[in-house]
Amino acid sequence: MILVLVIVIGVLFGAGTYLVLHRTLTRLALGIGLWTYAANALLLLSGGRAGRPPLVDGERASGFADPLPQAMILTAIVIGFGMTAFLLALAYRSWTHTGNDEAEDDIEDRRIAALAHERPVEVTAEEEEG
Amino acid sequence: MNVLIPAMVVLPVLAAGVSIAIWRRVWIQQALGVAVLGATVIGALVLVFQAAEQGPLVVHIGGWKAPIGITLVADVFSSLLLTISLATVLAVFLFAIGQPRYDKAAYYFHPLFLLLTAGVSASFLTGDLFNLYVAFEIMLSASYVLLTLGGRSDQVRSGMTYVIINLAASTFLVTTIALIYGATGSVNMADVAVRLRDVSPGLRDLFGIMLFITFGIKAAIFPLFFWLPDSYPTAPVTVTAVFAGLLTKVGVYAIIRTQTLLFPGDQVTTAVVLFAAAATMIAGVLGAIAQDDMKRILSFHIVSQIGYMLFGLGLYSVSGVAAGIFYMIHHIPVKTTLFLVAGLIETMTGTAALRSLGGLLRRSPLAAIAFMVAGLSLAGVPPLSGFFGKLLLVQAGFASGAWTVTGISLAVGLLTLFSMSKIWAAVFWGEAQEEPPLPSARGTGPLRAPGLMNVSTIGLAAVTLAVGVMVQPIWRLCERAAQELLDPRTAYISAVLGQ
Repeated sequence: MILVLVIVIGVLFGAGTYLVLHRTLTRLALGIGLWTYAANALLLLSGGRAGRPPLVDGERASGFADPLPQAMILTAIVIGFGMTAFLLALAYRSWTHTGNDEAEDDIEDRRIAALAHERPVEVTAEEEEG
Repeated sequence: MNVLIPAMVVLPVLAAGVSIAIWRRVWIQQALGVAVLGATVIGALVLVFQAAEQGPLVVHIGGWKAPIGITLVADVFSSLLLTISLATVLAVFLFAIGQPRYDKAAYYFHPLFLLLTAGVSASFLTGDLFNLYVAFEIMLSASYVLLTLGGRSDQVRSGMTYVIINLAASTFLVTTIALIYGATGSVNMADVAVRLRDVSPGLRDLFGIMLFITFGIKAAIFPLFFWLPDSYPTAPVTVTAVFAGLLTKVGVYAIIRTQTLLFPGDQVTTAVVLFAAAATMIAGVLGAIAQDDMKRILSFHIVSQIGYMLFGLGLYSVSGVAAGIFYMIHHIPVKTTLFLVAGLIETMTGTAALRSLGGLLRRSPLAAIAFMVAGLSLAGVPPLSGFFGKLLLVQAGFASGAWTVTGISLAVGLLTLFSMSKIWAAVFWGEAQEEPPLPSARGTGPLRAPGLMNVSTIGLAAVTLAVGVMVQPIWRLCERAAQELLDPRTAYISAVLGQ
């Protein structure tokens, strides 16, 4: 059971990373969603093996499931949910502004791209003169 | 039980809630915000003296003792940073009140700002790894909304970068916490510190590096800083000012706290920290030199200055860490003042681009004075606070024999001075190459900004002067904080676990 969970966590992290490397914000949001699921599953796993009882009678005070990771997962789920909602709202806003939800290059990248674009043009102009 | 410690978090949250409920009455929101922030500044100052007198102050929430319940801890380190941060937040809040209002977005500014403050306080005070994550999320979710509050398309664009990079870092933090919980069975930092001693060294190094990377993204260290100069300058200036002063510094705080407490004297991470410090200093200052907009230049300097704070930690001696802490205390008000000056200029002329500005020394002497104090302090010119910060760091660096990094820090200081004189020459001397956008700013007549904006900028500049004047007592507190940090077993851990 633990091995299955480990494999699932690995697949979720991998798929999430694949999606996050895209430029479309919707895919990014999905990727980050997968990441949070993976992290939450990992938290669950850190609480020990599955199948232990959640409650025990008063005589045995050991052998029950660790409640702390579950409480932490609950908090992490709520936070992840809110952040995903915000990200989707941002994607929608971007769509109303530009008609797509692709992440644009930052100013630095655009300047460098413009420089790279200019140079071959200059060279061809000189070649034409020669 | 010390009521002051939870009040630092509870008061701003309550005020934020009330502000949302009465969102139409802006003046009540403003009065409430000023009252609450003023009260927390005084409270934080009291905490500094109490912590210096009695050692780390611990509050167990709900009466549950340390490893089980949630703990809040205020030692000299966290309460010092809390005081200077809250004082800075108060100054920016006053600046925001003085700003002329343009749109309806301003209604939601005050509650978000207070929520951000609560997140910052909680990050400084929490003694629990998972709560550190929650505190970061409170702070960051408020910051996401503040950054994109106008909803303009450039804000949405840079907001995306900021939100995504921080969400990635937060997911990574949860993953790290899960792994640490799996290895130690605790999230209480003092308890984790005790239990990590039994964990194999390889695993401990891994945790150390993972936490360093996570908080490194939030603190914008090399090579994880690319999001910062891209996203900060597009926000409204009050937002940028408080982000610049606080958010990255909370990241640095988390690095210093976790590295000294959980992984004391770890060779691998110390070497990584020292390398990252040097690279961050260089990358930031070189980036700044290439820019031609005031806000972008200042944003790159945030990155560069983070390097100095890490440099102190990388030395891992009492004088080194103390110098790093002093540098943080000096840096928070200085950086915020510089951004507030940029905000003043932007309000008066409509731009922060160097080519459209010129001759402001005569037209707005107040802005010039505030910029000169803060800019020279950032560059490390005596007798301002930045000079003492750099002097103490260099002394500690030579004492530890870290010649290369110390040399780099001196060279970077020189380049910072160059960068500040570039702004000074372009903005305050000479003449504008282009007309500024606002019609009222054309010609050569004096420029006026609303009184409260001037007062808060000058007030914050006065705080940086005060840090420079009161070096001796502040340095003694920093040394005390560094001693506690480097000897967590007798100070922090015994105070929390009650042994």
